[in-house]
Amino acid sequence: MNSAVTHRGGKLERFSYDDKIVRLFIIATVIWGVVAMLLGVTIAFQLADWHVNFGLKWLTFGRLRPLHTNAAIFAFCGNAIFAGIYYSHQRLLKARLFNDMLSKIHFWGWQLIIVLAAVTLPFGITTGKEYAELEWPIDILITVIWVVFAVNFFGTIIRRRERHIYVAIWFYIATIITVAVLHIINSLEIPVSMTKSYSIYAGVQDALVQWWYGHNAVAFFLTTPFLGLMYYFVPKAANRPVYSYRLSIIHFWSLVFIYIWAGPHHLLYTTLPEWVQTLGMVFSIALWMPSWGGMINGLLTLRGVWDKVRTDPVLKFMALALTFYGMSTFEGPLLSIKSVSAIAHFTDWIPGHVHAGTIGWNYLLIAAILYYMVPRLWNSKIYSLRLANIQFWTATIGLVLYIVSMWIAGITQSLMWRAMDASGKLVYPNFIETVIKIVPMYWVRAIGGTLVLTSLIIMVYNLYKTAKTGSISSEPVLEAYALDDSSLEHGASAHRKLEGWPMIFSVLSLLAILVGSAIEIVPAVLSKSFIVKMDVVKPYTPLELIGRDIYIREGCYLCHSQTVRPMAHEVLRYGKASEAAEFVYDHPFQWGSKRTGPDLARVGQKYPNMWHYRHMYDPREVTAGSIMPNYKWLFTDKADYQSIMKKMNVMKTLGVPYTQEEIAGSFAAAKAQAEIIKDDLVAAGVPAAILDKEIIPLIAYLQRIGVDYGKSEAQQ
Amino acid sequence: MEIMPFLIPIALIIAAFFIGGFIWMTKKGQYDDLETPRHRMLLEEDIKVTHTKEGEL
Repeated sequence: MNSAVTHRGGKLERFSYDDKIVRLFIIATVIWGVVAMLLGVTIAFQLADWHVNFGLKWLTFGRLRPLHTNAAIFAFCGNAIFAGIYYSHQRLLKARLFNDMLSKIHFWGWQLIIVLAAVTLPFGITTGKEYAELEWPIDILITVIWVVFAVNFFGTIIRRRERHIYVAIWFYIATIITVAVLHIINSLEIPVSMTKSYSIYAGVQDALVQWWYGHNAVAFFLTTPFLGLMYYFVPKAANRPVYSYRLSIIHFWSLVFIYIWAGPHHLLYTTLPEWVQTLGMVFSIALWMPSWGGMINGLLTLRGVWDKVRTDPVLKFMALALTFYGMSTFEGPLLSIKSVSAIAHFTDWIPGHVHAGTIGWNYLLIAAILYYMVPRLWNSKIYSLRLANIQFWTATIGLVLYIVSMWIAGITQSLMWRAMDASGKLVYPNFIETVIKIVPMYWVRAIGGTLVLTSLIIMVYNLYKTAKTGSISSEPVLEAYALDDSSLEHGASAHRKLEGWPMIFSVLSLLAILVGSAIEIVPAVLSKSFIVKMDVVKPYTPLELIGRDIYIREGCYLCHSQTVRPMAHEVLRYGKASEAAEFVYDHPFQWGSKRTGPDLARVGQKYPNMWHYRHMYDPREVTAGSIMPNYKWLFTDKADYQSIMKKMNVMKTLGVPYTQEEIAGSFAAAKAQAEIIKDDLVAAGVPAAILDKEIIPLIAYLQRIGVDYGKSEAQQ
Repeated sequence: MEIMPFLIPIALIIAAFFIGGFIWMTKKGQYDDLETPRHRMLLEEDIKVTHTKEGEL
């Protein structure tokens, strides 16, 4: 990297790109891609037939589903983002990545995070917050590796040889900064042990922070980096300039400004204050504008090369990815309208929508950029255009089966839930009737998912052969002028000028985020109306707390919600509508986002202890046709009573009003309550040896959910 | 809703700052040329000198 000629005040410098790290990230992308989709197909078949967990607790839906989502988002998409960003960032800035060692730490650190996720989530080590299930030591590791990525990224900007910062890089900047803020704020938790922590937020506050994070994970992990990649790879692949650079700038600023406000659309009709719900809805609808602006900009870039779209796999996958991006960003605002959400929320329509985005937009765009990069990085040609074509159609058909089956399942079930006859009674009072009806759609979805997985495997083979027939040459040497001083005004130092713009972009992106965060989260933390307490609502007993942690560990919240919306049919089916004050001791909240099974907000004291005992052992004993797995290990594994005092102490730190005496006597209190439940079960014929098993605290918790307010005469 | 008189000014101040920043950047000239950046990003291959062994760099 030494200098040669001096020119216009800037020197002509020789340098090379670090493509080795890009190759590593590409290899990781395809490996984790297969793992993520294999997990997805597995849990899809589990919903069609619960036996697919093979009777192993580690493979049950509640434990594998977080692993699937984490693998798909952070392993598959994550590695693809890093590969694409590192490839384009160097080329757009005419500079080698800041530091080779940081690149390596970034790569291996990220793979370590993924492996840690894979060895903790199946064991039920989870925070119980959707898309943020990883426990606190892994959260810290994610933060460290993300900072390494940021330093490497911004360092490269400082050393750039191209003054203008191309629009793709702005999208990358917004990604890096926002993800850091989101991850840190949502992951604030107090550890109980190395593998257990409680969210510092409770109930409504936790829900708001969680979905502010959750929706922005979609926005800033699955959208902005991919839009940046789109703005680099689509023009490059088409060899045509982006349709409108002006539109890309408007697209960027409006998208980052609006996206951050949209989170509350996940909480419509819950006990979140209504004005926050409305705010989330309005901004979600406003997202139509920048989303479609970006899609149109991408598609119009292909003007004049549509003949090539027919033959070139890179362009073909890009065109389809952009089309699905347009479709899912049309569907998203639609689902955010309160009256549409009333029908779609908690149903299969939502996973259908999510996969239109993750498979249709993320996977297909990843396929496009891999077909672009692999031949260039391995000095080769795409091994088989025919295989790429087969992949294209397999993926498309699989995805359409997935989306359509979930539309049908979601709308069918929702209409059955709300069907009432002329006398005001539910037409389908038994929840199970509405489940059995849609099981055929679960089979269609599983087959669609299998096709998508197959298409991915075809691509992996095609890319493998592509790389195999090529060779990795030494790094080409490049020449470019260092940035000169000539265009600087009033003697500003070149260094300052160089560092200036990225810093300004960062600060402005951050501000855009903070506007949304401030208006939505600050009131959650400060406003008294969020933390109004009801006298009838008391903290959980020690035994119930132990049971609640089992509930979290098994991922019950992934199929059962815990919040009754104020709608006639829900009140008829479940009981009194939920109130914010009921959740003030829930660290973390467990409202869930999907009702594969019925809501549990009013399940406490609805059935005898023995019903729960039989139901957890084999749900089909009490509910014919149930698709819930058996939980037989709860009847053989011993419950953890030892850590209860520590848990109570953490809860007290978080503001749950346990007295010192209650904490000191928590172990004995838990044992005493367990005796009562055991005696009740023994009276029904259960062996007394059940006393120390996990089913006892779980029953204690289930019998407590929603009782304090639900069974009282109190009105908020 | 007692939080609203506190929140609305905050939101307005930050939003004003944000819009001001955008205008400021426009005045600074980052957006003066909306034509060449989109063409220039296509031209990167021009800067290639040669293939050499890594050791020769």
